[in-house]
Amino acid sequence: MSIRVENITYIYGGGTPYEKTALAGVDLTIEKGEFVGIIGHTGSGKSTLIQHLNGLIHPTKGRVLVDGVDLAGKSKEAIAKRHTVGMVFQYPEQQLFEETVAQDIAFGPRNLGCDEETVEARVREAMSFVGLDYDTYAGRSPFRLSGGQMRRVAIAGVIAMKPDFLILDEPSAGLDPVGRREIFSQIRKWYEEGAFSVILVSHNMDDIARLATRLLVMSHGRCVLDGRPMDIFLHHRKELQEAGVDVPPLTKTLLALKERGIPVPEEAVSCEEAADALYRTLREGTSC
Amino acid sequence: MLTDITLGQYYPGNSFLHRMDPRAKILCTMIFIVAIFLANSLWSYLLVTAFILGSIAVSGVPVKMVAKAVKPLWLILVFTLLIHVLTTQGTPIVSFGWFSISEEGVRNGILMTLRLVYLIAFSSLLTYTTSPIVLTDGIEALLTPWKRIGVPAHELAMMMTIALRFIPTLLEETDRIMKAQSSRGADFTTGNLWQRAKSMVPLLVPLFISAFRRADDLATAMEARCYRGGEGRTKMHQLIYTWRDGAAFAAVAVVTAALAGMRYFL
Amino acid sequence: MFDVRHLTHAYETEDGTSFKALDDVSCRIRKGEFTAVIGTNGSGKSTFARHLNALVLPTEGDLFVEGLSVREPENIWPIRQKVGMVFQNPDNQLIAAVVEEEVAFGPENLGVPREEILTRVDEALAKVGMTQYRHHSPAMLSGGQKQRIAIAGVLAMKPDCIILDEPTAMLDPVGRKEVMDTVHELNRKEGISVVLITHFMEEAVTADRVLVIHKGHLVMDGTPREVFSDPEKMKALGLDVPVPADLASMLHKKGLAVRADCMTDEELGDALCPFVSKI
Repeated sequence: MSIRVENITYIYGGGTPYEKTALAGVDLTIEKGEFVGIIGHTGSGKSTLIQHLNGLIHPTKGRVLVDGVDLAGKSKEAIAKRHTVGMVFQYPEQQLFEETVAQDIAFGPRNLGCDEETVEARVREAMSFVGLDYDTYAGRSPFRLSGGQMRRVAIAGVIAMKPDFLILDEPSAGLDPVGRREIFSQIRKWYEEGAFSVILVSHNMDDIARLATRLLVMSHGRCVLDGRPMDIFLHHRKELQEAGVDVPPLTKTLLALKERGIPVPEEAVSCEEAADALYRTLREGTSC
Repeated sequence: MLTDITLGQYYPGNSFLHRMDPRAKILCTMIFIVAIFLANSLWSYLLVTAFILGSIAVSGVPVKMVAKAVKPLWLILVFTLLIHVLTTQGTPIVSFGWFSISEEGVRNGILMTLRLVYLIAFSSLLTYTTSPIVLTDGIEALLTPWKRIGVPAHELAMMMTIALRFIPTLLEETDRIMKAQSSRGADFTTGNLWQRAKSMVPLLVPLFISAFRRADDLATAMEARCYRGGEGRTKMHQLIYTWRDGAAFAAVAVVTAALAGMRYFL
Repeated sequence: MFDVRHLTHAYETEDGTSFKALDDVSCRIRKGEFTAVIGTNGSGKSTFARHLNALVLPTEGDLFVEGLSVREPENIWPIRQKVGMVFQNPDNQLIAAVVEEEVAFGPENLGVPREEILTRVDEALAKVGMTQYRHHSPAMLSGGQKQRIAIAGVLAMKPDCIILDEPTAMLDPVGRKEVMDTVHELNRKEGISVVLITHFMEEAVTADRVLVIHKGHLVMDGTPREVFSDPEKMKALGLDVPVPADLASMLHKKGLAVRADCMTDEELGDALCPFVSKI
């Protein structure tokens, strides 16, 4: 299973004075099982790229294939393949509309034509996935929940479609540190359980460094870097700067220490890990 | 893309008409529209045609753009033509069974349709040469004297301003919610009328909720900046009549007088 | 600038019980100070901010803005002129369809004469570096630019203090930096007091003073160094600390003799260097 992006170009408002090239020849393949992070500043083309991945927009030039099926097609097969790529937009709670949490989550599976029994099973499953107790929340109005809970309901609504790939656009935007940690620990859990591949768009480099197995850096409608997150953060700082994105705060601190001659675990992704390693080397230092 | 829709039909420029005071433009347009209905002879129609073509030339707006403004109303124009052609009594040219087409009918039909075309074309010049914001200022200024009899001039203008400001935002939002629901398998384009109306619910509910939230936020933001209605408010942009407006009034007055003269004395 | 005395704000919840969004908060904020207010979502920090310019009134206690009590109805408009407010969502606080009209909105409401509005608009746009966008539509601007216009709109009212309620929460890192740079410059150059509500610790570190609000209570009040040198406590409150502070305190706790209150990479480097030279 894979998403194949074949040299796509996308031009907004073609033929009008507002014409703008959002993507200029992007070519890549995302395999099932990957956790792909996508970073880039606003206007770099990352939103346009992810909207191509589930056929919300079609390339001006090039093709997007999911398991070999062109998403631009009108066939039943093409539509079915679009639904194997789930998309969680920024502030997804703004798309809630049903009277109860369960009804809202059921919207996707019903559109897929599932029978009521399957729909209910999927709603239950999706709710346990996002950590919402079915008996407590299923009958409640989604609009009476807290911001963080509303977001989880919205994400469950996408998960209930049982996608093979899940795209998340800034899933932690507007949440406080606790809410952010909760969302990301869940995403990590789903990924580790092998439920689906994840494509994560985020400005939060910390989370990207901690979770992604592969990182794409977008700039000016092109994919300028593609590789292991730590390799990119440690060895491509100049390109990152040009693309207008930062390295994770921890990496930044560690690199600053390294410049002063302090032996640091530069690949560390958590403060605990970094402190452990630093302590071990520095303690030995004091003893001799 | 919904966001591609450009707002209003302002055609940017710096012509005589663009630089006129919006109040003068609105008033001139209103007077001239009434004057069009005074036209009843070949010569008066020629005068109206000449004045409109002259105005288009002065405005710098391409004739094609003006034609584009008339086009969406073709159904009404055809309907007007047919009504007149079919209902006017007079000298028959051709007759099919119980109804006939008269010479007067054809003439009336063409003239009435022409009046409508002129009316639309001339008012389109107003919106082509005046940005929505300036137009709002003009309307507010013209309505202000009516405040005493209870016309909420300032409130109406403020509502129009806010609507103008939020139309692009709400279009963007509509686009986003549509995409989000499509990702969940929603289908907005197929099915019969009832199915389509039903498929709008997942779009409209979030849109309304968001619009109410925005309205609430906006009210708070306005209050935080000391907004308390039109009383005691000053305005950064003040409207000032110039020689252009005088000249335009004079031109419209001359044409109107000429049309009235032709109607009653020729 | 502000004198907050036993401020309490309670409201009825849907099930009829009374909920205290703020509970007996007292503090003073000096003129010219850059204060950050941090807390998790729902901690009451936003409610606190809205009291500062009388958008919300205390149910108990009182709040004085340069000696004016928010409880006196005739003080409300002078207070709102002195204390400007910038909100979280850039799209929901811009009123006009043209940038300069937006900036003029506040002074127009105050009844400032026309000529002065023009100079105020010029000045305010220059201070936030947005002069070249004067005739643009706000809809075409980036998030960071929209927030700078919102700040300009407040500046044109000649306030003594600006309250910013999570102004960067919806922005990308570039926009966030734009806004923070602008706010710091106004504080430094114009001497405008700033109260910044945020949950980004990187932003709070740059303040003169940090207030931590938790479940409606003011639980910590001090310099960033005082507040962030106890990461355990901050984490218990659901908040983060800057990376250098976190690392330093972890090393300190493990038994390495380093100061635990490092705020910057620089300070952490200074603290760790002595250990390296001995290798």
